[in-house]
Amino acid sequence: MPIEMSLTDEHEELRATLRAFLNECSDEATVREQMSTERGYDPDVWTQMAEQMGLAGLIIPEEFGGAGYGYVELLVVMEEMGRALLCSPYLSTAVLAANALMHCADEKSQKELLTEIAAGRMVAAVAHAEPNGRWDIEGLEMTATRSGDQWTLSGEKTWVLDGGSAQVILVLARTDSGLSLFRVDPEAPGLRREAVPPLDLTRKISQLHFEDAPAELISAGDQSANFERVLALTTAALSAEQMGGAQWCLETAVEYAKTRLQFGRPIGSYQAIKHKCADMLVETEFARSAAYAACFAAAEQEDDFLEMADLAQSACSEAFFHAAAETIQIHGGMGFTWELPVHLYFKRAKASDLLFGDAAQHRESLANRVGL
Amino acid sequence: MPEPTPMDEETLRARVRKLLEEAHPETTDSISFRQKQYEHGLAWVHFPEGYGGLGLSPKMNMIVFDEISKHSKVIHTTPPASVIGIGMGAPVVLTYGTEEMKKTLLPKIFSGEEVWCQLFSEPGAGSDVAGLSSLAIRDGDEWIVNGQKVWTTVAHLSRWGMLLTRTDPDAPKHDGLSYFLLDMKAPGVEVRPLYQITGEAEFNEVFLNDVRIPHARMLGQEGQGWRVAITTLMNERVAIGGGGSKRKGGGATGQLLDVWRQRKKGAHSPAQEAMLRDRVTRSYMDNELLRLTAQRARASQKAGNPGPEGSVAKLAQAEINKRMWETAIDIMGSDALAFEAGYALRQTAGAPDSVEGIAKYQFLRSRANSIEGGTSEIMRNILGERVLGLPGEPRIDKEVPWKDVPRS
Ligand SMILES: Cc1cc2nc3c(=O)[nH]c(=O)nc-3n(C[C@H](O)[C@H](O)[C@H](O)COP(=O)(O)OP(=O)(O)OC[C@H]3O[C@@H](n4cnc5c(N)ncnc54)[C@H](O)[C@@H]3O)c2cc1C
Ligand SMILES: Cc1cc2nc3c(=O)[nH]c(=O)nc-3n(C[C@H](O)[C@H](O)[C@H](O)COP(=O)(O)OP(=O)(O)OC[C@H]3O[C@@H](n4cnc5c(N)ncnc54)[C@H](O)[C@@H]3O)c2cc1C
Repeated sequence: MPIEMSLTDEHEELRATLRAFLNECSDEATVREQMSTERGYDPDVWTQMAEQMGLAGLIIPEEFGGAGYGYVELLVVMEEMGRALLCSPYLSTAVLAANALMHCADEKSQKELLTEIAAGRMVAAVAHAEPNGRWDIEGLEMTATRSGDQWTLSGEKTWVLDGGSAQVILVLARTDSGLSLFRVDPEAPGLRREAVPPLDLTRKISQLHFEDAPAELISAGDQSANFERVLALTTAALSAEQMGGAQWCLETAVEYAKTRLQFGRPIGSYQAIKHKCADMLVETEFARSAAYAACFAAAEQEDDFLEMADLAQSACSEAFFHAAAETIQIHGGMGFTWELPVHLYFKRAKASDLLFGDAAQHRESLANRVGL
Repeated sequence: MPEPTPMDEETLRARVRKLLEEAHPETTDSISFRQKQYEHGLAWVHFPEGYGGLGLSPKMNMIVFDEISKHSKVIHTTPPASVIGIGMGAPVVLTYGTEEMKKTLLPKIFSGEEVWCQLFSEPGAGSDVAGLSSLAIRDGDEWIVNGQKVWTTVAHLSRWGMLLTRTDPDAPKHDGLSYFLLDMKAPGVEVRPLYQITGEAEFNEVFLNDVRIPHARMLGQEGQGWRVAITTLMNERVAIGGGGSKRKGGGATGQLLDVWRQRKKGAHSPAQEAMLRDRVTRSYMDNELLRLTAQRARASQKAGNPGPEGSVAKLAQAEINKRMWETAIDIMGSDALAFEAGYALRQTAGAPDSVEGIAKYQFLRSRANSIEGGTSEIMRNILGERVLGLPGEPRIDKEVPWKDVPRS
């Protein structure tokens, strides 16, 4: 029998608590304020999320100070954050870095870093992509250099989420034992961090230049398979965030279509608009199914998890982007303005699609996995 | 440990095994087996006890299917001609029928002994089925019906018809309709095949000339036929938008994958191959999304008749299915110039036997998916208005007597 994908009352309570919190800490004015800062988020809110709500360590095991929850809880959290367009290092730190540490790092580093992350004292960035533009594991080319017990890194890492504000940088690089995870101090000599002006202002990205930068090896053995899983876990969580964004667009577009009158009628009474909304509803419902499937498969450690993560990335990326694009269109001239927040979702949608390899790449990966 | 409820999953499975001891699909014909399945309350477990069910949640039906498949290579699934009776006739009888109708009609609907058809659409009333013009006039304890129905699937095989007809032309259109059970063998019922783009005739024209129906066969009150019709249509959407295949890469998707894997190597350039592969992957995904959405809907579905959410699956499935078979044809390329089955007009076409034959047939048949059971445009209107709450269009046909509404 297939796993039953339904949320419990506790999950709905978590959602309600989170929505109330985000209504306060991630209203439109706050989002606009935070996105115009260099850091891109409010450190006080980050601490509050960690200390009062246990969100930073949501999926981190209790032995490392986390809440020890699973991917179903994360699904709810990411959906709400996506809806509220929260500006936060949540994806980089609580999802990507936490997973990288949990799946690739040695115990000592896990203890040290996961504890700090869960406590809200540390923002962590993972540096993996490189200027070659590839997102697959084989595309990782940076090779670490060893002299004695010391490791150094040289080369470029691109599109590093929150690379500018992180207190620790986790770098993927090759060694004799295969793909390895390194810990680098952001202030290390030989590391230059350059902020990239982002398409999506709500998530900050950096380019990192390494020139014989000292690094600490914190993994043992080849991490290719583990890191592939880390990326899939990250896109699964991201897909829930995208689905939440799509849901916001749908609701916003429908609300506008009910209240905007042209030619003496609400524009939502014209089928050209009504049918767009209906199609958005179908796509959003499908995106929800995909995000659920991926996150439930992650939670239950199902065999088909990697496949479901590919499916969710592709379905949710396209649904979110399409919903945001249609929401602009339904708002007419207003949709094209800076004043309305729709463009922020539109940009978030495209950036989220491109962040870990786009929808077409994930479909290709899916095709490979199921043998098409 | 708390006591398990009287009908938890394991108890239900045990009940299925008990049925299999009495009658096994491998040694029993479909009708006899399904009769027994009904007696055991395992026909549709979400129906009440005594009517082929056990009063359980609809999602428990999967468990019955699952348990039977565990113990039998043969599965007596819904006979093709009974889809309408089981999907729409049974819920309508259960909701609106008399005790006697439930007792006599439901077992035969499920077993496949009696086929049902849906007599709604007329030449002048398709999407706007509430605007239909066939007319029933009261004559003592009977009604006399005249008019024409069209697109009536399996009418030629049917024992009973779900007839929606006008009983009051002076009332606004929705208020002047009544719903009857029509004996398809009654004098004055004439069924003529209607050929479709595949060359076969699943559907028919049905002419009603002075057909007499006992008043006792009216379902719901006089003038309330529209409400009964809505129950039928909501169930139809769920029956049609059934949520894709039950398992990964199964059903129609499996057939598309077969076409893809058996493609002629070298017929397409590498660039074309890459594009086709992406389309195949999209179809695979679409079907997964349908399956997962149906699974999610089942998990949250309460007992009772489905709501407008059924339109999500109906709309999606229609468009997905058409796209999928278009992809299959494009994979075959110029080999699809031939249509081996031919178009000899006949009542039922033999099932095509090759992967390519199925795809070519489905390429044509799937065009109906976005028309039958309500067009995709109508589904979008329903989703927009009933689920999202968008305003309807200004109407010129709602408050006025039906007889004053313009018609083509
Ligand atoms: C870049 C830009 C430059 C512009 N420059 C000028 C300019 O120089 N001078 C000027 O006067 N104006 C200008 N405009 C305004 C432009 O003409 C209007 O934005 C446009 O006509 C749409 O009107 P609206 O924004 O009020 O949207 P609305 O009319 O409110 O439309 C909202 C949505 O409803 C849809 N809709 C509305 N009515 C119907 C219907 N009957 N059937 C189906 N759908 C419907 C629309 O297609 C749209 O998707 C400009 C707009 C932009 C974006
Ligand atoms: C294979 C098949 C089997 C069928 N089986 C049965 C059956 O067993 N019993 C039965 O009763 N019927 C049956 N039907 C009929 C089916 O329900 C109708 O064909 C359908 O409801 C459309 O009606 P129509 O064909 O009259 O098209 P019309 O209603 O005339 O529609 C023509 C076009 O106009 C569009 N349109 C109409 N109204 C609107 C609107 N308000 N807004 C936007 N667009 C609109 C439609 O979407 C369509 O594209 C079957 C049809 C098919 C194809």
